[in-house]
Amino acid sequence: MPLDDHTPDQTPGEARQFKVVGTRPLRPDGIDKVTGRARFGADMSAPGMLIGRVLRSPHAHARIRSIDTSKAEALSGVKAVVTRADFGPGDDDVADILDNCMAGEKALYDGHAIAAVAATSAAIARKALKLIDVDYEILPHVTDVDAAMKPDAPVLHEGLSDETVPEGVSQNVVHRVEFGHGDVEAGFAKADKVLERTFKTAATHQGYIEPHACLATMGADGIADLWVCTQGHYMVRNTCAAILGIDQGKLRVTASEIGGGFGGKTTVFLEPVALALSRKANRPVKMTMTREEVLRATGPTSSTSIDVKIGMNKDGKITAASADLRYQGGAYPGSPADMGSMTAFAPYDLENVKTVGWDVVTNRPKAAAYRAPGAPMAAFAVESVVDELAKGFGLDPLDVRLKNAAREGTKSSYGPTFPAIGLEATLQAAKDHPHWKAPLGPNQGRGVACGFWFNFGGDTCVSLNITPDGTVTLTEGNPDIGGSRASMSMMAAEELGIPYDQVRTVIADTGALGQNEVTDGSRVTFAVGLATIKAARNAKKVLCERAAMVWGIDPDAVEWVDGCARPAGDNAGKFPPMSLKEIAAIASNTGGPVAGHFEVNAEGAGVSFATHMVDTEVDPDTGAVKVVRYTVFQDAGKAVHPAYVEGQFQGGAVQGIGWALNEEYIYGEDGRLQNPGFLDYRIPVASDLPMIDTVILEIPNPGHPYGVRGVGETSIVPPLAAIANSVSEAAGVRMTSLPMSPPKVLAAIQAG
Amino acid sequence: MVMVKIWGSLTSATDGQAEVEIEATTLKELLDGLSEKYPAIRPQLQRGVSVSIDGKIYNDSWFQPIREDSEVVLLRRIVGG
Repeated sequence: MPLDDHTPDQTPGEARQFKVVGTRPLRPDGIDKVTGRARFGADMSAPGMLIGRVLRSPHAHARIRSIDTSKAEALSGVKAVVTRADFGPGDDDVADILDNCMAGEKALYDGHAIAAVAATSAAIARKALKLIDVDYEILPHVTDVDAAMKPDAPVLHEGLSDETVPEGVSQNVVHRVEFGHGDVEAGFAKADKVLERTFKTAATHQGYIEPHACLATMGADGIADLWVCTQGHYMVRNTCAAILGIDQGKLRVTASEIGGGFGGKTTVFLEPVALALSRKANRPVKMTMTREEVLRATGPTSSTSIDVKIGMNKDGKITAASADLRYQGGAYPGSPADMGSMTAFAPYDLENVKTVGWDVVTNRPKAAAYRAPGAPMAAFAVESVVDELAKGFGLDPLDVRLKNAAREGTKSSYGPTFPAIGLEATLQAAKDHPHWKAPLGPNQGRGVACGFWFNFGGDTCVSLNITPDGTVTLTEGNPDIGGSRASMSMMAAEELGIPYDQVRTVIADTGALGQNEVTDGSRVTFAVGLATIKAARNAKKVLCERAAMVWGIDPDAVEWVDGCARPAGDNAGKFPPMSLKEIAAIASNTGGPVAGHFEVNAEGAGVSFATHMVDTEVDPDTGAVKVVRYTVFQDAGKAVHPAYVEGQFQGGAVQGIGWALNEEYIYGEDGRLQNPGFLDYRIPVASDLPMIDTVILEIPNPGHPYGVRGVGETSIVPPLAAIANSVSEAAGVRMTSLPMSPPKVLAAIQAG
Repeated sequence: MVMVKIWGSLTSATDGQAEVEIEATTLKELLDGLSEKYPAIRPQLQRGVSVSIDGKIYNDSWFQPIREDSEVVLLRRIVGG
């Protein structure tokens, strides 16, 4: 159902007054998480449970000639061993996912799963892995995106390139995409200056603290249950059912609490393997990844190589812009080069613009989504060139962005004309903020950058049930990563006119609700929130009908105000208001339990923009970079729970700081990952960071009753560029390669 | 008739036209019409597309109405993290 009828409650220019929405109540999962009571993926056990372990390829690229599992199977305590032979052909839609979970003819990257064992203990399982003989034919490998595109590069898959790929490039290029409008060459010819730069970004991992874990039970009758840490248990159900050849309705999946996902838990890795082991052993099987496995075998983001060319007049007006974006997405098609190509120039109103994206496969783990997939790298490249041109003309970088900013009516670089958007508001807020005028110390620089992301909605179900004592249980199907249980409870309480603490939101298993899209695309507060409001409105209708029965008046003559049914006017009769609790207490006498539900494909989500400002200090002797001040300006539409919105803004900034300064997948000449651990792959910790200040702007989304926009992804789009612009100013040299680690910065300073 | 904007590389499937006219009043009619009139576009439709209608993005809703004067833009399927 489209959202066009979900018009906002407030009229333009007149903000709605909220009672619960916009406040900062305590988070419902707080006590559980700080006391250790919360149950994560590895916290579930079952009687007779086995432990599963995965044998992984030590080679970046190798043909699997044979696998001999007989010695492992003969080991006492081993109850099942599975290889690809234990999986059927599976649906075409999940062929790559299956091959990533369990290698077929070839091992395609260091860490690729080759076989798995279920045994009565972890020690026996580990011992059994050593008894599996794999005969590999080692093949040449390639891990760099530019190298993989060369015609003579080692080829991962024959014949996988689709019809968009021109002749003359490697078969590792699987898709090409182009966006834009106008005539960029004519635009460049009009510019006072044309600047072209090449940028590189390293692959980075989402770095969620909780490794992948699950507990699978599958019997001979084909009925299966799965407890799993995931961003979307309906996706897990559907994908595993397709891989294992079982009916979706026979597999019930329950999502655990989740210790971070950031896009990385929007697919499956262990889950079909655990189910296959359980099916073979006829026992429950628990599997957990080590951190090394997480880094070697689950989805980091793409590494990229990007050329950007921008023409600008000396007044700061951009005359033309183009970019060539090369993204490697690991061993299978699907890098977000297309998203990078669509988002790269989205913040700007451009007459002439062109982007070309290349999706390239390499011998690395399959890239998974990571907050605003593909956009941060593109923004890094584009915003760096905008910054360099602006400063070259002696112009204020914020003024240049304001001069070229996309606004309502702008034809975007990816095609559509923008409706009301918040980019200018974020830029103006940045310009007016004290941070912009604060003095800088020695060796310090200040950078700004803008970012854009789409957001979407998708399939959503919500069921709101009123208990006999009048408290409310809200059931939804999206794992709570960023505080959605609090936000849903708040929106239900707002709509019903009751206190926040009278609503408890629970995440149902796949048997309890219909299909729910994954918690991704910044969709949950928007789409599940919309369904929650609609479900509450449906419940209010029933509550009014019950009061009308008691009063003996027409249901249309009853309205819901401040948590009570009331006669809608003097003509309706004079009756004292009936509260939700009073109506709930007599529900059995008036027709039965009261509930409201709503199911929707919540299409039509609004786009989102942010501007980030950061001060860094560069140590000229070591090249080390310290982030000394950071401010995020972002449009949230309406911040339901401002503390969580701030948390999303801060989290995106911090992950961007890691991406910009430290994080990097480092491969050796042998194609093996050199740093699969948090000591050598360094994510930012609290002591590395200043307080991340936030400014929430509220430009209501016309497609949501409360004006809500997704906020979870846009905040990671600007930081790479903002930090690069800041470091480049502090170091006195333009930095074009991420991460800006101390050796790289020092080398750039010394090279002048 | 609805004017549909086609992204750059996909114009190879529409005889080089960046905008094509399709007889459609809903999203499904639009996609079916594109597929019929421009068979070379089918592989991309099978891979998945999103459609921007008057600035809002739609993925799957077959019966989303499209007005004759709507701005309709074909997009690569939007993904998220």
